[in-house]
Amino acid sequence: MSRTRRIEVEVNGRSEAREIDVRLTLADFLRRELGLTGTHLGCEHGVCGACTVLVDGRAVRGCLMLAVQAAGRSVRTIEGLGDAEAPDGLGVLQAAFREHHGLQCGFCTPGILMTLTELLAKCPDATESDVRLALSGNLCRCTGYQTIVSAALEAARRLNGKLAS
Amino acid sequence: MLRSRPLGTSRDEWSDLASAPLMKPPPFDYEDPETLAGALELASRLDNHKLLAGGQSLMPMLNMRFVQPDHVIDLNRIAELAYIDDVDTVVRIGSMTRQHELLESDVIARRLPLMREALEQVGHVQTRNRGTIGGSLCHLDPAAELPCVLMACDGVVEAQSVRGTRRIAMRDFPAFYMTPAIEPDEIVTAIEVAPWAAGHGSAFLEFARRHGDFAQASVAVLIASSPDGAIERASLAVGGLATAPQRIAEAERMLAGSMPTAALVRAAAQACGDIEATDDAHAPAAYRRQLAVALTERALKLALVRSDAANGGLHEPNA
Amino acid sequence: MRHTGPTFGKRVERVEDASLLTGRARFVDDIRIPGMLEAAYVRSPFPHALVRSIDVTQARALEGVHAVLTVADLRPALTQERIPLALSSKELSGLAQKSLRDDITPPVLALDEVCYVGEPVVLIVADSRYIAEDAIALVAIDYEPLEAVADITSALTAGGPRVHRDIDGNVLAEYVLSYGDYERATATAAHLFQLDLKQHRGCAHPLEGRGVLAMHDALEQRTTVWSSTQSPHEVRLTLVQLLGLDDEELHVVTPDVGGGFGAKYLTYPEEVSITIAARLLGRPVKWIEDRREHFLTAIQERDQLWQVEIALDAEARILGIKGEMMHDQGAYTPQGINVSYNSATAVPGPYKVPSYELRVRAVETNKVPTMPVRGAGYPQATFAMERLLDHAAREIGIDRAEIRRRNLIQTEEMPYTTPLKTRAGTPVKYDSGDFPLCQAMALDQIGYDGFEARRAEAARDGRLLGVGFANATKGTGRGPFETATVRVGRSGRVSVYTGAAAMGQSTATMLAQIVADQLGVEFGQVNVVAGDTRYTSMGHGGFASRQAVNAGSSAHEASVKVREKALLIASQLLEQPVDALELSGGRIWLKGQSNVSLGLGDLAREASGIPGYSLPKGIEPGLEHTANFMPKGLVYSNGCHAVEVEVDRATGAVRLERYVIVSDCGELINPMVVDGQVIGGAVHGIGNALFEWMGYDEMAQPITTTFAEYLLPTTTELPRIELTHVVHRSPLNPLGIKGVGEVGTIPAAAAIISAVEDALRPFGVRIDETPILPPRIVALVNASSTAAGASGPASS
Repeated sequence: MSRTRRIEVEVNGRSEAREIDVRLTLADFLRRELGLTGTHLGCEHGVCGACTVLVDGRAVRGCLMLAVQAAGRSVRTIEGLGDAEAPDGLGVLQAAFREHHGLQCGFCTPGILMTLTELLAKCPDATESDVRLALSGNLCRCTGYQTIVSAALEAARRLNGKLAS
Repeated sequence: MLRSRPLGTSRDEWSDLASAPLMKPPPFDYEDPETLAGALELASRLDNHKLLAGGQSLMPMLNMRFVQPDHVIDLNRIAELAYIDDVDTVVRIGSMTRQHELLESDVIARRLPLMREALEQVGHVQTRNRGTIGGSLCHLDPAAELPCVLMACDGVVEAQSVRGTRRIAMRDFPAFYMTPAIEPDEIVTAIEVAPWAAGHGSAFLEFARRHGDFAQASVAVLIASSPDGAIERASLAVGGLATAPQRIAEAERMLAGSMPTAALVRAAAQACGDIEATDDAHAPAAYRRQLAVALTERALKLALVRSDAANGGLHEPNA
Repeated sequence: MRHTGPTFGKRVERVEDASLLTGRARFVDDIRIPGMLEAAYVRSPFPHALVRSIDVTQARALEGVHAVLTVADLRPALTQERIPLALSSKELSGLAQKSLRDDITPPVLALDEVCYVGEPVVLIVADSRYIAEDAIALVAIDYEPLEAVADITSALTAGGPRVHRDIDGNVLAEYVLSYGDYERATATAAHLFQLDLKQHRGCAHPLEGRGVLAMHDALEQRTTVWSSTQSPHEVRLTLVQLLGLDDEELHVVTPDVGGGFGAKYLTYPEEVSITIAARLLGRPVKWIEDRREHFLTAIQERDQLWQVEIALDAEARILGIKGEMMHDQGAYTPQGINVSYNSATAVPGPYKVPSYELRVRAVETNKVPTMPVRGAGYPQATFAMERLLDHAAREIGIDRAEIRRRNLIQTEEMPYTTPLKTRAGTPVKYDSGDFPLCQAMALDQIGYDGFEARRAEAARDGRLLGVGFANATKGTGRGPFETATVRVGRSGRVSVYTGAAAMGQSTATMLAQIVADQLGVEFGQVNVVAGDTRYTSMGHGGFASRQAVNAGSSAHEASVKVREKALLIASQLLEQPVDALELSGGRIWLKGQSNVSLGLGDLAREASGIPGYSLPKGIEPGLEHTANFMPKGLVYSNGCHAVEVEVDRATGAVRLERYVIVSDCGELINPMVVDGQVIGGAVHGIGNALFEWMGYDEMAQPITTTFAEYLLPTTTELPRIELTHVVHRSPLNPLGIKGVGEVGTIPAAAAIISAVEDALRPFGVRIDETPILPPRIVALVNASSTAAGASGPASS
């Protein structure tokens, strides 16, 4: 029988090893096995984007990957996004979200931040249209997205400024 | 991506599935071979197995238990299935090549601009980062973009099993609704497309309710023109209407050998007005046909403009 | 940015955000307790069926399964099988001509009849949700399917199927709201127009579904229930009643809540059965609603059919409105007839309607119950009113703006009392506002006067542009009260305890700002405990855009008292008159002397007393105060939405080109938060108008049960919304504020549909339904083109 398997995964820079059910989704692995509950499950059928995490730097839906598929890979979650040196531990993107009220209930926020993390890494001079396209696979019921887009553009401006200086 | 009544389930079956609050995958055995040979051996040996490619359609169906395989054979560790090769007259794409790799590929942008344009409308960044061309093809959603493109391009699908290798014309690939013409022990390993010569025009247009949704109708057009501006060759595929994307032979015949005029474009588009189309609660058949006509007219114009631009912009397609 | 000094009215960053942005927030599914089990439900696949037998033996035998429970297993723990009706029955019987039955609420688990798809029948508790789902297939239920009622029309068909086997007729309640003399009005009317309107239901869809975790502490004999709910106190009262417990034996705690929008404002069967399971098993049990369960079982709203008539005089002034409205109640009634009643009272909105008569029938169907979803009946009423006005303007041949200008309640007529009464029996009285101003500003901003030139310009490229707008009011801040206790600890730390329930709308920030302003502390340092029955004995939670108005006013009153008390104590300790003292930075200072001060913590210590000694003179114990602000009436927010759209005639696609909102929600505590509420609300309304369609087939089987089929608006489909605030203070509370949570939703569908219809003017298309989806637009255009014959589009 091969219904369980031992896997090793790097999560937020730490190596984690667990014996897990092969049917466990990556999102459930992060939440249940590692206690990284910042990754949320909003639909579990691959539409809402709340469970978005980075695998080898790319945004993926955590409900549409099995945890075993992450073996040997590097995973980054909301818990690995902060900047320990900054006020309240918030990185540039997170701080921009707070300043621009880019979140209300905050449930979709981790997935949105992870999607934007990939976008801003690949496309630091993202325009409003780039941001909206990138976020088309993330649902938010509270904000109407407007302040999310503003926050993302502000973060892009700041990251660009940092790059330039 | 998933749809309401998956895999041709009957209404009763669907009603049971729809009301069962299932969101966690059922138990299965899991194999992740690192070689194609290993995968083929497993596929020949294991009953009731599912091949896991990018997982962007299979995983939701597993989570909802619409499918309950005994074995999942994961193809994601088979490096030899992920490549984009530009060899003379053919672009050959490994089945496990991810959609984002295609979207970012110079070869695709240069040689298959139709596919490039379609890819921008496939799902979202998170699904393209995992989704593969082979997976999309085998899931064979009637409204998926890539099968429609391959239908227009006369793509060839290569399927392997321990018994050997088969080459299947895209035209023959759909067997039934969301069911490809491959055997349970076969694995789609590659897709081949013969790009049209430089200077051709193409356009992929779709109508989806929101960006990234499956299209209610999609149209893939390829046009090659002669130096005098006449259409030499045309290919037109319509997706989203029937159980699989369909080529519109009548329109292609009308276009080939003709000078492009607005009237011709309109007449060709009208050929989509009575093609096979399904009816469902989201879109009646008549509506889907009307979409196909409108999108075809727009796509033809766009492809002609692009073809003209590629040839120096001497002709005015709408004259 | 840290703010010093008062923050009321300032765009300050929220206290909630740091944990939400770093993954440290704690939603109910994030709580894991050693020994915790997880649950799943076997749910009815039939819209209507008898449950003949249930065999759970195979499911119980599955490894990892701890319990498989039917209603028979729960019965010994219950005082009654159905959830009690969460509304005053006196109010209902007085209102409804046909008094409500007592068996209209949902059972805790299915009895011998299931009445909608998704109704819970069997509860499975296992080591994990994965295993609980494995066991679902092993439960054998013998159903006898019955005919089902799929919609209002078939519910009202004589001799048609019944929603409940033993109940004859499917009309739950029937009542008439009226004032003035409509018949006399029609006698003098220059114009009479009738409309039939169809408004469809949608879902709430907070991104976090419902969820409940219950744990019984055998040592303390106390059960704690963590629930993702908008009404923790109501859930506690219900559970205590159903389980026959004393108040201190059960507490409800809301962790972080990922949105509500109405779907979490009731006690659901799952909250009861999970609590009982945890007590039976002696282990914590958690159930998390998955998205498909939300589609099937979370309350929905908006299905209504309207047949209305408007009478106007020769100057297009409204003489009266009369009609019928049929409201789809669903299979059960957890909360009475509040949605239909709200709709019925909201029709006149910001307009003067001298006579009014609406006959309402709340009709049962074999679908999930309907209850207030963001907007709570107001969007439908607004749609009816605005459609009538558009229709009248077109038929009479005057401008849509002009007919509204003539009928809006004028600036100088405010406050304005209508003859209507709210459910609580108080008059519908608009406390403040300037409706004509809001409309004028919105039209100015959208460029209404220049629109015909833009339309003509677009038409030259074959593009169809349209403009539409709508006005709405929303009664907010519903009572009876909300508790806030403000307490200063010996550390000097200020805490607020409230019965309000936070679900993402910045409750903590709002209360902290209000309290910090009075106590001169940094608002980020104020600790807010909301929605926890251990710390606040009473509360009503989040509905009807009420929490800032009620809890905010209570917090204000309580913190004013605490401030006065602190000054009084300090005045005795420093032997100085109160007016020689000032409060800032968490300390009380002797004015003009920077070396004499007392910290709030020191004063708290004095107020808590020293054993054997007296308290300072005239001081009640504790540096704290509890206030229960009781509103004298609803406070009315209002707004005007104006929208410009482009419609693709061939595909039916509607593109929102511009979206303008002028909103009046009274004073703004935190403009950034208010913007977020209004814009978020508007996007919910945009969803209702253009995207969201909760489909059922003719047998009442839901057909849109995933996010791939039921479409929420996404970033790429939305314009940047242009929002302007107008501020008319409410005279009804000390802060001058009004509720902001719903007013953004209410006029959206009416404005958008008006714009779409306007864009299709060349075809003479009329749209009397919402949502309007692309295939329907194309069908309407095709039908009108056909009707116009070979001459092409009809000109209007």
